[in-house]
Amino acid sequence: MNELVPVVEMTDIAIGFPGVKALDDVSFRLFQGEVHALMGENGAGKSTLIKALTGVYTIDSGRITVLGQQKNFSTPAESQAAGISTVYQEVNLCTNLTVEENVMLGREPRRRGSIDWRAVRARTREVLAQLHLEHVEPGSLLSEHSIAVQQLIAIARSVEVNAKVLILDEPTSSLDADEVSQLFRVIRDLRDRGVAILFVSHFLEQVYELSDRMTVLRNGKLVGEYMTRDLSRMNLISKMIGKDLEVLEELDQASTRSQARLAANAQPFLETAGLGRKGSVSNVNLSIYPGEVVGLAGLLGAGRTETARLLFGADKADEGSIKIKGEPLKMRSPRTAIDHGIGFCSEDRKEEGLIGDLTVRDNLVLAMQATKGWARRIPRRVQDELVAEFIEALDIRPANPDALIRNLSGGNQQKVLLARWMVTSPDLLILDEPTRGIDIGAKTQIQKLVNRLASEGMSIVFISSELEEVLRLSDRIAIIKDRAMVADISNDDVSVEDVLTVIAGGA
Amino acid sequence: MSPLSTVAPPTVKKTSSVGSRLRGGARYAPTLATLVLFILMFVVGAGMYPSFLSGQVLLNLFIDNTFLIVLAVGMTFVIITGGIDLSVGAVVALSMMVTATMLQNGWNPAMVILAVLVIGGGLGLLMGMVIQYFDIQPFIVTLAGMFLARGLCYVISLDSISVTDPFFTSMAQARIPLSEELFISPGVLIALVVVGLAFFILHHTRFGRTVYAIGGNENSAMLMGLAVKSTKILVYCVSGLCSAIAGILFSFYSLSGYSLAAQGMELDAIAAVVIGGTLLTGGVGYVLGSVVGVLVLGIVQTFIAYDGTLSSWWTKIVIGGLLLVFILLQRLFTRRTA
Amino acid sequence: MKSILKNRLAWPVIALVALLAVNQIFRADFLSLRMQDGHLYGSLIDIMRNGAPTILIALGMTLVIASRGIDLSVGAVVAIAGAASCAYIAASPEPASPVTAAVAVLIAVVAGLVLGVWNGFLVSTIGIQPIIATLVLMTAGRGIAQLITDGQIVSVTNDSYKAIGAGYLFTLPISILITAVVFILAAVLTRRTALGTLIEAVGINPVASRLAGLRARNIIWIVYIFSAFCAAIAGLMISSNVTAADANNAGLYIEMDAILAVVIGGTSLAGGRYSLVGTVVGAFIIQTLTTTVYTLGIPPEVTLVFKALVVLTVCLLQAPKARNLLRNLKPASPLRTKEKVAV
Repeated sequence: MNELVPVVEMTDIAIGFPGVKALDDVSFRLFQGEVHALMGENGAGKSTLIKALTGVYTIDSGRITVLGQQKNFSTPAESQAAGISTVYQEVNLCTNLTVEENVMLGREPRRRGSIDWRAVRARTREVLAQLHLEHVEPGSLLSEHSIAVQQLIAIARSVEVNAKVLILDEPTSSLDADEVSQLFRVIRDLRDRGVAILFVSHFLEQVYELSDRMTVLRNGKLVGEYMTRDLSRMNLISKMIGKDLEVLEELDQASTRSQARLAANAQPFLETAGLGRKGSVSNVNLSIYPGEVVGLAGLLGAGRTETARLLFGADKADEGSIKIKGEPLKMRSPRTAIDHGIGFCSEDRKEEGLIGDLTVRDNLVLAMQATKGWARRIPRRVQDELVAEFIEALDIRPANPDALIRNLSGGNQQKVLLARWMVTSPDLLILDEPTRGIDIGAKTQIQKLVNRLASEGMSIVFISSELEEVLRLSDRIAIIKDRAMVADISNDDVSVEDVLTVIAGGA
Repeated sequence: MSPLSTVAPPTVKKTSSVGSRLRGGARYAPTLATLVLFILMFVVGAGMYPSFLSGQVLLNLFIDNTFLIVLAVGMTFVIITGGIDLSVGAVVALSMMVTATMLQNGWNPAMVILAVLVIGGGLGLLMGMVIQYFDIQPFIVTLAGMFLARGLCYVISLDSISVTDPFFTSMAQARIPLSEELFISPGVLIALVVVGLAFFILHHTRFGRTVYAIGGNENSAMLMGLAVKSTKILVYCVSGLCSAIAGILFSFYSLSGYSLAAQGMELDAIAAVVIGGTLLTGGVGYVLGSVVGVLVLGIVQTFIAYDGTLSSWWTKIVIGGLLLVFILLQRLFTRRTA
Repeated sequence: MKSILKNRLAWPVIALVALLAVNQIFRADFLSLRMQDGHLYGSLIDIMRNGAPTILIALGMTLVIASRGIDLSVGAVVAIAGAASCAYIAASPEPASPVTAAVAVLIAVVAGLVLGVWNGFLVSTIGIQPIIATLVLMTAGRGIAQLITDGQIVSVTNDSYKAIGAGYLFTLPISILITAVVFILAAVLTRRTALGTLIEAVGINPVASRLAGLRARNIIWIVYIFSAFCAAIAGLMISSNVTAADANNAGLYIEMDAILAVVIGGTSLAGGRYSLVGTVVGAFIIQTLTTTVYTLGIPPEVTLVFKALVVLTVCLLQAPKARNLLRNLKPASPLRTKEKVAV
């Protein structure tokens, strides 16, 4: 295989955004007739690499060759002309158009300036037949079909141009098991016909089922290229999260809080049974007791954030139930959750947490003000006291209540968002990646704060991609894997290895 | 090349329907509803006033609304991409003013028409470029275009200028007999040609299909490698051209140019397009539907004229009501597909 | 100096001062005020008085735009409010009595509130895009106004009513005083309660606001009701000033002027932080522009062309893409070129 010239060869690719190096000298090769998995956690640079290859982003430095020819893609059209097709997770087709149009759009055969619809239909039928999609009517609207079929139609579009390279970005995340196997049959078919396939998925099992070779990225850097059969799941995970197992073991510390305190509380604050949402996460069974820290562990993208959003009502669950203090509750909106004493700090501070153009003061009292309603403004004096108290308690800098929050550093923004919930004295606080992207000082402060709040009786759901952090802080750990909750274990007898074993799936 | 391990994929709960589905016929539903509404109104009108039931009443709907038909055609292009063009009424007025003034100064009618088309298309092109390259909302850019065009009208003249050019007067007076009693005006022919051309462009050219793709999902259209940028600019050019043609047709009809002409006509055009079944959020719509939309507006007017006891302002109220009904229908429609 | 220029109000104020200066140069008595019969007169007073309806509507529009919305129906509301009050006065048995005038005002205000509730309902409960939702009333509203006036221009003779738009109190035109009162009302309503902050929160980041427990629905309802309320007062003012209700032309295109005033005043059409003071300055700029054109001896109708240029310039200055282009025209620093490549 190594004798062959790669279909795609990317050498020392770098792409930077203001303030971030998204890809740092990453190299990547893709051969004919293989399924190549691109692995890494969210933010590792997978999407950026794909977008460089598909012409959505322009590379800052490095070289891309396709079939030995050097290419400088600056638009998706150029990349497609070079034989590269992409099927994205969110199916980038037009649901308002018909199947045949989605297959042929922009390449419709024409006769004397007019689109030859008969030829369009004939060609579409031909392509659909190649993918065992004879039952799909070319003239039907795309929106009539399931996501799975839409995904296959997106693949049909690439078959139509005889794409040399097919990129599949998270194609399976909203499919059920049958649909996945149908998709995989088509992918294998294409591979056997000599198409080079780049496959990205958060589902480890699917990667092992389908891929021949993998490239692992971490923090925008290349970790390595491996044959799938040579790399164990455990090894893959440690390469993805960037820690050797031995190091992880050393960091493992049992929680210092006494389990006896928890035993005294007979009734959990929140219980869920079979909570789930189609295409998001399923089978969440959690019981969270007062004063308990429950860690959600799992790889990034495994479904941790989705779980948190269901608990908070940010997304509506379509199966299972939630009980608060033993009372069944229909979690209709975040407001329902807040009214029942739940707070939630999103992992996406900028899009889902901060009101960037407002001041630290406004942001800090926002949740409290929201529950009071617009008419009962929290008096300025009370606001000042609260804000001063939390600026001091959490060491928020600059200690200026009137600074715009978007001008604060990440760590200080995070503290303001934590304070936003703390002023409402919730019974349960859900923290999704509260320590990501902030400096080490602020990180330690936040970890201490979590400990303190729990010892004061608050329940906390703690999500972090740093396993050692989860283990250090949590009393109990729920493990989410491949979009479902797979285990709920008490932390006193858990090692990093135990958790990783569950995540790796008994291999 | 068989997979290494065959661990079963995770079992996500099996549900066969992903989202809700839209049956094939549903995309024509709003337009069909409009057509049914139109026929119903015609039948009711015929029942109430015997003279209503004549082919000429129907043809007069076309003769009296040639300019609005053309305007609605241009607006359909813009709205299908998810944009909006508020400048069309003002560009109609500007076209009429330019026509009247140039003719008054002895220009050749052919040159006049060419100049008007260039001005209208150029203004549209300019607005499209500002919208695309500076990423400013179409609403604001075309609002500025509306102020500009209307202002230029005033710059040309504050008074009404009448058109006495023989070609224009002959176009105004000419009647093309269809049978012994039925006739249409040359303007109707022009409008129908524009409609036919627009239909061809939207349904049988790559440009037209790209218009729909942009309205369906602009990001997807871009990722599919379609010419999104140029298409978005061109739809405003098409709308500008249609406004210019509508201006010329209006000149045929009224034989004058007046700065205050076509006030609020942009609203009529938008209403006709929406009533004709085009989604204001883009992606779905038909020029033929827009034509039916114009006819509905026309028949409302005719109805009120025939009634005699109803006053003209009922037209606006009924149009507003129809607009509301169709927007609510659209809302239901998009909620189902969302 | 630099920090002053950074203030959002700096540029609008500079533009206004410049416009006033141009006028002063061409007409030496432009800025002077004089007292006559206990009333203040002068060009500045005229600008304020003529601009009063636009300012009023722009105040309401500011809050709507801050919440990421837009209200196209204000012109129609102006027509309906004027029509309702004048029709009531004309039909009442005592068309000249102050009580009749008071009831007429009440009717207009209630009509405005009802229309605001309607717009708010379409936007917040049904979830229709604001531009489309308010288009319905924009289209039907003038018809409703004509229905009320029976298609006629309804003239009224009622001194109390006339005072709203043309009267004087404490040496100042009452319309200016009313505008000031509404301005204070808006300021108090939004800044003494939490409304202003919550409107901004919804406008800046609806997703984060929802996750913080904000109920956007009520807030959106309030801004549309307030907008229609302002439009109704403006409708009273306009009809009172000419002692007649003209359903066709009262408030025609005033929505465009109001939106323009808001944008010039530094409130972004994308929603978020707003400035009521900025809006007032913006409305003054528009009104002064009209006066300036007149002072310079240009036919007043050409104002529209100037307005078009002002809209474009302001939007271009606000548009991030245009700013980037401007920046890139200057000698590019290494970081900038990087940005250009990456995006």
